[in-house]
This record gives sequence, C-alpha cells and structure tokens, in this order.
Amino acid sequence: MRIVLYRLLAVLLPLALLEILCRDRVITPLTLPAPSRILLGLWTMMANGTFNAAILKTLTNVSLAFVLSVAAGIAAGAAIHRAPLLRALLEPLFSTYYAIPIYAFYPLFIVVFGLGDAPQVLIGFMLAVVSMIVSTLAGLDSVPAVLGKTARVLQLSPVETIRSVTLPYAAPYLFTGVKLAVAYAFIGVIGAEFIMSGTGLGYEIRFAYDNLDNGVMYPLILLILLVAVAVNMSLDHWERALRARRGRG
Amino acid sequence: MIRRTIYANPSLFLVIVLLALWQIVFWLVGRNALLPPLETILYLARLLQTARFWGHIAETGTAFVIALVISVVAGLAIGLALGVNRLAAEVFEPFLLAGNSVPKIALYPIVLLIFGIGMPAKIAFGAIHGVVPVAIFTLTACSNVPPILFRAAAAMRLTRWDMIRSVLLPAALPDIFSGIRIGFSLTLIGTILGEMFGSQRGLGYLLMTAIGLQNIEVIMSVTLLLVLVAATVNTLLLAQDRRLRNPGG
Repeated sequence: MRIVLYRLLAVLLPLALLEILCRDRVITPLTLPAPSRILLGLWTMMANGTFNAAILKTLTNVSLAFVLSVAAGIAAGAAIHRAPLLRALLEPLFSTYYAIPIYAFYPLFIVVFGLGDAPQVLIGFMLAVVSMIVSTLAGLDSVPAVLGKTARVLQLSPVETIRSVTLPYAAPYLFTGVKLAVAYAFIGVIGAEFIMSGTGLGYEIRFAYDNLDNGVMYPLILLILLVAVAVNMSLDHWERALRARRGRG
Repeated sequence: MIRRTIYANPSLFLVIVLLALWQIVFWLVGRNALLPPLETILYLARLLQTARFWGHIAETGTAFVIALVISVVAGLAIGLALGVNRLAAEVFEPFLLAGNSVPKIALYPIVLLIFGIGMPAKIAFGAIHGVVPVAIFTLTACSNVPPILFRAAAAMRLTRWDMIRSVLLPAALPDIFSGIRIGFSLTLIGTILGEMFGSQRGLGYLLMTAIGLQNIEVIMSVTLLLVLVAATVNTLLLAQDRRLRNPGG
C-alpha cells in the first residue's frame, strides 16, 4: 500500500513541478505546454474523434505485426528447435540481430511493396519475430528431456504432449516473447510511420511537429505512451494471474 | 564432414548463406529496389575513399560514443542506486520496465524541441535508447547477488561505497556487461534514428536524404556499413560476455 502511494507521488510530484514551471513560463508552450493542457487536449481529441482514423490505422497495423510475429515466431522456434544444424547456423544471427538498424531496410520495402501498409507491418514483424523465436527456443529448451520420454511411454498424442508437457514448461518464456513482441510491433510500426508514410499516428505526430502544432503533437505522443504502457501492464497482470493460479494448483 | 565444418564456424556459414540470399532476392526484385552484394561492397569501398563520407562517419561516431558513455554511466548510476535500496527499487522498477516498452521514437519531437537540431539532440536520442536497458540489467544484476555477500560486507563494516566497489560490482559484473552489450546496440540505433530526423550531418542524415532521393546505392552501402560495424562489435562483446560468465572455461 505504501509502495503504491510512493509510486503515485513519483508520478505526481514531477508533473506538478512541470505544471508550475509551464504556468510560470519558465518553460514556454513552444517547448512544452502545461501537462494539464496536454491532458485536456487529448480528452478533446478523443471526444471529437479527430484522429480516430489514424489511431485505428496504427493499432490495426501494430496488431497485425504482433499476431503475425507471435504465430510465425512460435512456429519457426519449434521448427528450429528440431533442427540442430539450422539452429547452430542461425544462433549468431539471433544474437546480433537487434544490433542491426532494421529501419534502414524500410526504403527497400517501400520500393518492393509500395507505400501501403505492408512495409510498416513488415518492419514491426521483423523487429518482433526474432524475440519470439528466441523465447520459444528458450522455452522448449526448458522442458526436461525425461518428460518427453514419459510422454512417449504414456503414448500421448502430439497434441496432448504439447498441451500437458511442453506448454506448461515453456509458458513463462513464451510470455516474455509475447511482451517483447508487443513492444517491438509498436516501435516498428510507429517508427516506420515517422520515416515515410501518409497515415497513422507516427505520421500525424511528424506532421504536427513540422507545423509547430504542439497542441496536437503532445496529446498524440501522450496517447502512444499511454497505450504502450497500458498494453504492457495488462500483459504483466495476466502473466502474474496465470503464475499465481499455477502456484496454487 | 560439411556438418562438422558448419558446427565449427557457424558465423562464417551464416554470412555465406545471407550473401547468397541477398543475391537471390536481388534477382527476384530487380535493380530499382536492391543492389547486388558485390556492387554494394564496391560502392561502399568507393565511398570510404572520400573525405566527405569520413566526415559523416566521424560525426556519427562522436555522437554515438558520447551517447554510449552517458547511457552506461547514467544506467549504472540508476541501476546501482535502486539496487542498493530495496524500497526505491520496488517503487521505481515498474517505471523502468514501462520505459523499456515505450516506443521511444515517439519522443523525438520533444528531444528536438528541447535541444534543437544538431549534435546534442542526437546524443540525447541515443542516450534515451541506451540508458533504460543498462539500468534494468544493472538492477537485476544487483538483486541476483547472493545476500550472504552483503552480510559479509556488513560484518566487515565496509562503507557503502567500499561495499559497492569491492562486493557488488564484481559480483554483478557479468549481468551488467550483458546490459551494456544491449545498451550498445540500442544506443547505436537511437543515434542513427536521431540523425535521421534531427540532423544535417552523419550517417543517419545520409540515409534519410538517400531515402528521400531513392538513392539505392547510398542506402545499401550505408546500411551495410552499419550492419558490419554493429555485428562486429556485438560479436566481440558477446565473446567477452561469455568469458565473464565462465572464467577459465
């Protein structure tokens, strides 16, 4: 309880300080409007539905990239787990993958796929899928070999084996992968919208920035941060609930 | 026979496979989207003979090194400060994790409004990408140190600073190093992204102008250079990481 109070204070005190600094014009609205103004702006924006199309676009693309990367990541992880040679070959790629600036490939995707949604979804997918593959591999590694043998002795079907042996062991790792995949899908899609695109939240923020329209820019940035944090927190919550249930059962 | 050679040099074979894939994709999509591997390497070699290109490299390099120093110092400071204080860790850890899941690219207009276009903005953008993973890994490293070491330090009446220097840091070093390795990759990506949006110089700026002009040669060779540098340094850091984890092995 005390912790929650401290956390609230850790959010509210800096915000209050910012509010005062902004109202006293120590920080001019050209740099940062007062936090209350930003919140109010976000409220009006959502009430009027000014950016609903952009929000819908971005969220659709993020969800697409996320779902595709989780499905493909688990499938590829399971396949690579069964092929040690392929795994030995790919392991160095996985360990350096996130050092590669994926955005640099974006222009190539645009040339190949055109200026539609595909290049953005692909960037989000490419960022997210590798963390899902790596987490799946780690999850499958964590299943003790003896349990695989037990399943064979009991003549469990592959589906039963996955449901009652593989998944319970791999679940925590898969969860980590899913959480990373959400974050990377967001980063990839919004980043791609920033660089070159005519729709979506990233584009709208860039447009507002180019026009020095802080009244639009800051509420939109706040919206992105709020959505990303909210999704992450609900996944966290779900994971903890699952773990607690398993602990009791 | 081939199997054994692949197991012995996975990275080498990976490079060969990737080069072959690159060539095949080039044959599929054609010259207006991609440059074949050999031509890209030759073009990069030609770029590397011009003084202007080295000016861009120096600019990016300077920004990156400063950003990395800030990421590591600030990340270590935050991680250690929370690591030695349980209450602070509990209060602030969710903020760190949320900071990790947020698409930091959405913050670039704010960074530009605060720092203006140029070197400080790039450094700030690189540093906000790098500091969070270093802090998180440092904090985790601290909480993984066996409590008995702290009790021993207390029994020997070490001052807090001596305790950090001669107990905490050595015990947590392997995990901290992993954090720095990931911080390195993210800081590089952050710096490049910062240059793409808020700069008139550097490799990111070069990449962004080339994207605008559809200059495939420049896009491909700058990307190749970045991938080469990132992959090389990451491989070296990874080797050091493994050495720290199993000394003697």
